[in-house]
Amino acid sequence: MTMDTIIELFSYDFFLHAFWASFFAAISCGIIGTYIVSRRIVFVSGGITHSSFGGIGIGYFLGWNPLLGAAIFAILSGWGIQLFTKKAKVREDSSIAIWWSLGMAIGIIFIYLSPGYAPNLMSYLFGSVLTVSVSELWFMGVLSVVLVLFFTLFYRLILYVAFDEEFAKTTGLPVTLINFLLISLIAITIVLNIRVVGIILILSLMTLPQATANLFTKDFKRMMPISILFAFIGSFVGLLFSFYVDIPSGASIIFTLVVQFGLVKLGLFLHQNLSVRG
Amino acid sequence: MKDKLVEIKNLSVSYDKQRVLEDANLVIQPHDFLGVIGPNGGGKTTLIKAILGLVKPDSGSIQFHIPLKKVGYLPQINQVDKRFPITVLDVVQSGKVRTNFLSLLKKDPADRAYAEQLLEEMGISAIKHKAIGELSGGQMQRVFLCRSLMNQPELLILDEPDTFVDNQFESELYEKLKELNQRMAIVLISHDVGTISYYVKTIACVNGQVHYHPSNVISTEQLASYNCPLQIITHGHIPHTVLSLHENHHDHGHNH
Repeated sequence: MTMDTIIELFSYDFFLHAFWASFFAAISCGIIGTYIVSRRIVFVSGGITHSSFGGIGIGYFLGWNPLLGAAIFAILSGWGIQLFTKKAKVREDSSIAIWWSLGMAIGIIFIYLSPGYAPNLMSYLFGSVLTVSVSELWFMGVLSVVLVLFFTLFYRLILYVAFDEEFAKTTGLPVTLINFLLISLIAITIVLNIRVVGIILILSLMTLPQATANLFTKDFKRMMPISILFAFIGSFVGLLFSFYVDIPSGASIIFTLVVQFGLVKLGLFLHQNLSVRG
Repeated sequence: MKDKLVEIKNLSVSYDKQRVLEDANLVIQPHDFLGVIGPNGGGKTTLIKAILGLVKPDSGSIQFHIPLKKVGYLPQINQVDKRFPITVLDVVQSGKVRTNFLSLLKKDPADRAYAEQLLEEMGISAIKHKAIGELSGGQMQRVFLCRSLMNQPELLILDEPDTFVDNQFESELYEKLKELNQRMAIVLISHDVGTISYYVKTIACVNGQVHYHPSNVISTEQLASYNCPLQIITHGHIPHTVLSLHENHHDHGHNH
């Protein structure tokens, strides 16, 4: 693969779209992923992701855009998980499992009931970055801008609440409001990135770049841009790889992110050991 | 001079429909150094969480004669995620009380300067840029102590600040608290009854109810009458063990 062929790829609309999709995915997943990893709510996010499948099923059944249904389901399940855990005193893992499986079950039922064959179903499960539409790109772009602004302006508020919720209450911070806003942003980020790597793999896009970034910094503020960078490199290289080897893009991107983590970890290990001896 | 900082009257609190505190009364006085002792599950933490407004009481009242923001709080260390990616300086600054959270939108150099000053006074400014996960137990408790001091409190509430710390740090911590006690009242929950009795001025036994004991000398018989059956940890076999002011507090065992 030469530079020329890569440049040539950009003359194709579908590749250009895929490029922008990876770019926006890197920004939104880099930021939201840092939050969910730091706050250890990866499993909550897993629940939201899978329950959004219910919305996709209903979307198919009613003939709506499945992503709209997914967004509604994702946001409701995010709030639902919080509500169950905090108000109804259901154990958090049980509450996640309830929403996770409920969403999947509804999705399967409604897809079964939908007349005809669901042609794009696989693209929601496994992603299909090469078929992302222009309007989806716009949504992803707007989300990226919103997230960058929100996390820049309210950085300290988000950090303090995420670090020690109970203590934050004693200092007068609007803890419930912040949690509510963030769980909604997590849900929207998940749904808008489903097209890139799919429901099955989306969590990796929000955790692998963060794991790599965590090798360099233990500061929330720095982890966000570094995660974005690794997410972008991983997605772009994964995209090229999938294109040349002709394999599904979502899986290729995640595979690249894992390899990236391994290489960086190995590099740092060698660097430390060599510098100790040298 | 105010004669009361906080006044708790007929306070009852439940957790999951189980009564934890029943009809508790307590007055926190200025310059008091109140040691809160009692068995696990007896309601020590619930009592201070009620004071801080973190749990809602079933009945009773808590009256403040100082502004709420003048209450500093150091929670149990296992309440916080020790691997959260946050620096020491940010942890300390998070202690600042906000009347308007929009003030967090802009940088506040005065906050940062005060946080740095507190770390300096605690002798840990060298670690200010470290992530909290990289600290020892003693360093971490000092950081949380700095956080609780961000608002120059008149009342400092500490929930077991002596967990995860070694013996040497433990005595350093108590010396520090003794010094702070000249400027503020302190409420200290501890499981280490022997050690705190050396430092505290008064004792509250919390076991469903609150029994205030206006002295730091307490006998096992008194503890029993307060419905607070605690094992007093001392060295040797002294009959009718009495907690009292010792000349050398290191005598008291840390063998818990």
